[in-house]
Amino acid sequence: MSVAAPTPGGVLLAFALFVPVAGLLVAMLAGGRRSEQVAMAVMPLTFAASAAAAWRVVAHAAPLEYHLGGWAPPLGIALRADGLSAIMMLMTAVVMVVTAVYARADFRTAPGAPETRGPFTFWLLLIGLWAAMNAVFLASDLFTLFVAMELLTFAAVPMVCLDGRSEQLTAALRYLLFALLGSVLYLLGAALLYGVYGTLDIALLAARMDGAPTALVACSLMTAGLAAKTALFPLHLWLPPAHAGAPAAASAVLSALVVKGSFFITLRLWFDVMPRDVGLAAAQILAALGAAAIIVGSAVALRQARLKMLIAYSTVAQIGYLFLMFPLAYSAEHGGLTGGAALAGGAMQAVSHAFAKAGMFMAAGLLYAALGHDRIADLAGAGRALPMSVIAFALGGISLVGLPPSGGFVAKWLLLSAAVESGQWWWALVIAVGGLLAGGYVFGVVMRALALPPAPLVLQAAIPRRREAAALALSLVAALLGMTALLPIDVVHIGRGSP
Amino acid sequence: MSTATLFGLCGAVLIGVGLYGLIVHPQPLRKIVAFNVLGGGVFLVFGVIARRGAGAGFGGDPVPQALIITGLVVAFAATALAAALVVQLARRTGTVSIAEDAGARESPP
Repeated sequence: MSVAAPTPGGVLLAFALFVPVAGLLVAMLAGGRRSEQVAMAVMPLTFAASAAAAWRVVAHAAPLEYHLGGWAPPLGIALRADGLSAIMMLMTAVVMVVTAVYARADFRTAPGAPETRGPFTFWLLLIGLWAAMNAVFLASDLFTLFVAMELLTFAAVPMVCLDGRSEQLTAALRYLLFALLGSVLYLLGAALLYGVYGTLDIALLAARMDGAPTALVACSLMTAGLAAKTALFPLHLWLPPAHAGAPAAASAVLSALVVKGSFFITLRLWFDVMPRDVGLAAAQILAALGAAAIIVGSAVALRQARLKMLIAYSTVAQIGYLFLMFPLAYSAEHGGLTGGAALAGGAMQAVSHAFAKAGMFMAAGLLYAALGHDRIADLAGAGRALPMSVIAFALGGISLVGLPPSGGFVAKWLLLSAAVESGQWWWALVIAVGGLLAGGYVFGVVMRALALPPAPLVLQAAIPRRREAAALALSLVAALLGMTALLPIDVVHIGRGSP
Repeated sequence: MSTATLFGLCGAVLIGVGLYGLIVHPQPLRKIVAFNVLGGGVFLVFGVIARRGAGAGFGGDPVPQALIITGLVVAFAATALAAALVVQLARRTGTVSIAEDAGARESPP
């Protein structure tokens, strides 16, 4: 792989990055009263740029490339979108827009009301998160990825403590400290790689990689750092209080998107930077941690008394599935990680979890707002009071469990078949057990919500239909995403050298 | 021992000390200081790599220096954010502890 030339239409990538950043600056100047309007103007534009870029990648079955200022790498900074980036950009765009629809009721400044910090911060951070996510998906060198990852962290941490309560501040601080440890380890790894190969451009690095011991140390440091940011077991302790404590709209983007950012960088590192030098043993360690995350995360989720904590622990478990793909993508004849069914399964898992989890967190937020609590034991009657929200939770849950035709089903099917094909049956066992445990915690909640209440339910607040519809729309996408497996295109492998 | 090796070893020591502090100390303020020591070590290592002119073949390589400056800005912003969180936490609770029981509290909407 050598440095590619800019492609026509590459400027769309610059727009996907530039529009939200410009919007961020304008919203900052416009002040709290107008930040929502600025976000409403910026988000459709960013959606259009992301969707157009993704469409071009898929329609031409070729990656898009743009050189900022006309400077070619390694000196200049290139933006590059391959099939994987296109999928992730589209996923981010859809979740972001629906989250904005959902969040307008919570973060609105009424005309004439005094300006408050909450809405101002939320809309700024939401646009900032989108810019950072797109930067992660489009960066083509390890240092730009570092900067993008830091932007993502700085936008995500304040999302955790939007209300400013002390337990939120504690959760945010823990999150930040884990994230900082991760980023500094990543930077150290990048420095070592630069020391050995004299470049951080992903394509150039991949060509120069020769399995030097320093490179292996560097990749291990970076992987450890990324695992801390992605909340891979046993570095997951920061995630449940942070994601469960945030306001529902923030929880949705944190759980659905932000953890996928650092996971995407892990994919870039393992599949694109070091395709020839990684041993099966190293990949097995990652998958073993993923398997532990699935079992421990699901088991702890089963024991949660509160709905949002349950969903947050389920995120820990679902992240585990993402890491199962590494040994399954190992091909002995290529002597390294290749794409194939495992990569497609991993990508499908990332996308379907994003839609399902965002929908579930939104539904949980509505249940909390209506009932005034989120104790699972006292959910009886919720199914009658808020049927759309409970259905949204259940449909998201179907994808987590992996029932057809959900995205989770196709993801697990692809991972299972890769496990059987490569003779690594033990991972198939983990996938099956994880599905059963997920079934336990999802249906436990749904059963309680559908039960008859001991006394007629008094709702604390009326829930607008639009908000329930937003949650339901995302869950519905997750539950039907498996249908995309019928499409005759192989988007994941666009822009990858060998299948 | 060449200067580059000496500085490289210094960087390694700083990274070790910082990593130890970040993992072992329970107080957030100490963790933040340890993060900065660790970051200093990483930047020093990066600087040594620039001095060696690795990969490019000339005396000093400007690319890592540019990267270090960006890294410093990021580390500064991170420290400011962490310090702001610690200050807010101290204002609201009177203590700065991120002890284990924090996660067990009620989960709000």
